[in-house]
Amino acid sequence: MCVFQSTINYFPEEVLEHVFDFLSSHRDRNAVSLVCKSWCRVERFSREKVFVGNCYAVSPERLLSTFPRVRSLTLKGKPHFADFNLVPPDWGGYLHPWIDAMVKARANLEELRLKRMVLSDDTLDLLAHSFPSFKSLVLVSCEGFTTDGLAAIAANCRSLRELDLQENEVEDRRGQWLSCFPDSCTSLVSLNFACLKGEVNLAALERLVARCPNLRSLRLNHAVPLDALQRILAQAPHLVDLGTGSFVHDPDSETYHKLKNAIQNCTSIRSLSGFLEVASRCLPSIYPLCSSLTSLNLSYAPGIYSNELVNLIRHCKKLERLWILDTIGDKGLGVVASTCKELQELRVFPFDPHGVGYTAVTEEGLVAVSAGCPKLNSILYFCQQMTNAALITVAKNCPNFIRFRLCTLNPTVPDAVTQLPLDEGFGAIVQSCKGLKRLSVSGLLTDQVFLYIGMYAEQLEMLSIAFAGESDKGMLYVLNGCKKLKKLEIRDSPFGDVALLADMGKYETMRSLWMSSCEVTLEACKKLAMKMPRLNVEIINENEQMEASTDDKQKVEKMYLYRTLVGPRKDAPAFVWTL
Amino acid sequence: MESIVAHENDLNLKATELRLGLPGTDESEKESASCTKNNKRSLPECAEESAKNDDLDAQHGDCEAAPAAKAQIVGWPPVRSYRKNSLQQKKAEAETGFYVKVSMDGAPYLRKIDLKVYKGYPELLKALEYMFKLTIGEYSEREGYRGSEYAPAYEDKDGDLMLVGDVPWEMFMSSCKKLRIMKGSEARGLGCGV
Repeated sequence: MCVFQSTINYFPEEVLEHVFDFLSSHRDRNAVSLVCKSWCRVERFSREKVFVGNCYAVSPERLLSTFPRVRSLTLKGKPHFADFNLVPPDWGGYLHPWIDAMVKARANLEELRLKRMVLSDDTLDLLAHSFPSFKSLVLVSCEGFTTDGLAAIAANCRSLRELDLQENEVEDRRGQWLSCFPDSCTSLVSLNFACLKGEVNLAALERLVARCPNLRSLRLNHAVPLDALQRILAQAPHLVDLGTGSFVHDPDSETYHKLKNAIQNCTSIRSLSGFLEVASRCLPSIYPLCSSLTSLNLSYAPGIYSNELVNLIRHCKKLERLWILDTIGDKGLGVVASTCKELQELRVFPFDPHGVGYTAVTEEGLVAVSAGCPKLNSILYFCQQMTNAALITVAKNCPNFIRFRLCTLNPTVPDAVTQLPLDEGFGAIVQSCKGLKRLSVSGLLTDQVFLYIGMYAEQLEMLSIAFAGESDKGMLYVLNGCKKLKKLEIRDSPFGDVALLADMGKYETMRSLWMSSCEVTLEACKKLAMKMPRLNVEIINENEQMEASTDDKQKVEKMYLYRTLVGPRKDAPAFVWTL
Repeated sequence: MESIVAHENDLNLKATELRLGLPGTDESEKESASCTKNNKRSLPECAEESAKNDDLDAQHGDCEAAPAAKAQIVGWPPVRSYRKNSLQQKKAEAETGFYVKVSMDGAPYLRKIDLKVYKGYPELLKALEYMFKLTIGEYSEREGYRGSEYAPAYEDKDGDLMLVGDVPWEMFMSSCKKLRIMKGSEARGLGCGV
C-alpha cells in the first residue's frame, strides 16, 4: 500500500461510511467528524445513535438537521443535584419538543434513552403513534407520566423490544397497562417495571411472558407475589436478568417447591435484583443461581439481615457488580472481600441515613474490599466514618479506579483517628488512580485536597464537591488543573467570584457547572453571562427577596451554567433567570 | 465553670461532666452514642483535665449540633429521592407497631397487642396467657389446643376464623386482622382434625 494518508481521502464515501459503522462510541464519532470536512459530512449523514448530554445544549431541530438519519437518541435533562431535591419542580427538561420535532421531520426513531427528563402521557402517546419501528424505551429517574402513558406504549409499539423503567416517579392509574400489550406482541426482550407502585394484572403478565420467547431481562414490582414468579420462571427459563417482586412464602408449600425447580432450570441467570419484600427463609431457593451470578442488587431489600446476606454472598464467587445496603456491616464486607475475587463495582447505600446510634459501615469495610478484590474499579460508599490511612491503603490496593464516590453520612466529619482533614487520603486516591474519571469527595476537606485533584486527576471528567474547601483557591486548583473536566457540581463550599471568573473560557470546554450555597454574587454571574454568549447562566431564585432588590452584591443561592448552541431556553419557569 | 474532680470510687462522671444542657436535664443516650462514634476520645479522659474544658464544650457542642444538623441538611446524604422514599416506607412499616385487637369471649372490653414484638407463636401465646390470666396450652396439628380451656383464633384477610398456629409465623403476621380467644367448648370445632 502506498501513502496511506492521502489515499484514504480518495475512498468513496460508502467505504468511509462502512468504516465508520464500526465506531459505536459517540466520542469516537465526534473525533472522526473533526478530521476534515468530507469526513464530517459522511459521519453526520451516517450517524444513527446520538447522545445529548444536556438537552438544552442544542435544539431538536438543529440536531435533526445535523443528523438526519438519527434512529437512537439519548437525552439528559435536569442537573445531577436534582436527584437530591436541590432543583425545584417544574425546572424543565421536557421531552415533548423533541418528539414533536422528530415527528415533523419524519425521523425513524427506534430507541429513546432518557435521564432526569419530564414527560407527559400525551408525549408518550404521540411517541407510541408516530414511530412504527420504535423498539426501545429506557427511562431513568424521569417523571411526569402515569401508567396510562405506558399503556399507550404497550398498545401501539408493534416492534417493542425493550421497556426499561428505572427509579422513576410514576403515578399509578391502576389501568391495567400490562394488559394493553396485544396478543400479537411477541418481540419483548427486556421488561423492567420494578419502580411501579401499583398492582399489575398477573394473568396478563404471565401470558405476555409466555408469548415472548426472546425475553431475557425481566424485573418485576413488589406487587408480583412469589407464586406468580414461579409460574413466570417456568415459562421463561432463558432469562439472563431477573428482578423479583415479593419474595415471601411458606417454604413448606408446594408453590415454594415448584419455585425451587423452576429456578434450577434457569441456568442463564447472571443478574439478580429486587427482593422488594423478602422473607429470609425463602432465600435458599436462589442459592443455585449464585455461583453464576455476575451482578447482584440487594439495595432495595432491607428485609435481609446481615448474616443471611453474608450466607448468600458466600455462594457468589463470580460476582462483578454488587449493590447492597450498609446493613451488611464491615464484617459482611470482609466476606465480600474473601469471596468475590472478580468484583469490579461495589455500591453500599445507607439504610437509615438519619439514624443515630447505628453502625453502618466504616473505613474497615472499604479497606477489606480493596485488599480482597483486585479488579475493583468503581465504588460508591456511604459510610459513618473514614480515615486518611484507610484511603491511602485503598489507593495502594486499587490503582484502577475509574469511579470513586465516597459519602460520609456527616458531610464534614474529619479523620476518625487523627481528627485531621481527609485531604491526604483523597490525594492518595487521585495520585494512584491515573484513570479516574469520576470523583465525589466528602468529609472535612481544605483547599489542599483540590490542589491534589488539580495536580493529579488528569482524566477526571466529573467532580462533586459538598461542604469542602476554604477559599477560592480550592476551586481554582480544579479549574486550572483538570483538563478533561466536563461536569463540576459544588454545594455549600466557600468558593466565590474570583474563582468563578478567573477562566471564563474554561466553561465552554465543559458541559456544565452547578454552584449552590457558595459565595458567588449576582454581579459576577451577570459579568460571566455577558462575556460568554455561548453559555446559559441560570439563577434559580426560590425566594421573593431577590426579585425585589436589585443588589448585585448579594449572594446567589443556586447557579447552573452550561454551554449551548442555542441561547437562553424558552421554557424556563418564572423562578429561573437566564442572565 | 464546674470543676471536674472525681471523688468517689465509681467516678460518677455523669454528675460532674460538662454539657450544654440545663442542669438536671438528661442527655439522651442516642446523642452520646453518636458522640462516641464521631470523636474517638472517651469521656473519662477528657473529663479529668480542666484545661480541656473548652474542647469538651466544643465537642459536646458539636455532638449536640450534629444530630440536629444531620436531619436538616437538604439533600445530604446524597441519595436519590426514589430510593429514599422506598426505604423510608419500609422503615416506617418496620417501626410502627402492628397492633391487632384481641377479644376474649365473655370479657367486657377488648385489648390490643403489637404482633411485631413477638418472634413466634410461643411468645405470643405466653403474652396472651399473661394478659388474660388464663392457660392456652400446647398446640398440636391434630388436636389444636386440646386439653386447654381456651383456644386462640384469628380472623384472616378473607374474614375467616382460623386457629392460631397452623401457618408459619410470618404468614400469620401478614394475614391476621384480629385475634379472638375462644372458650374451649366452642374452640374444639376449629381443630385441624375436622
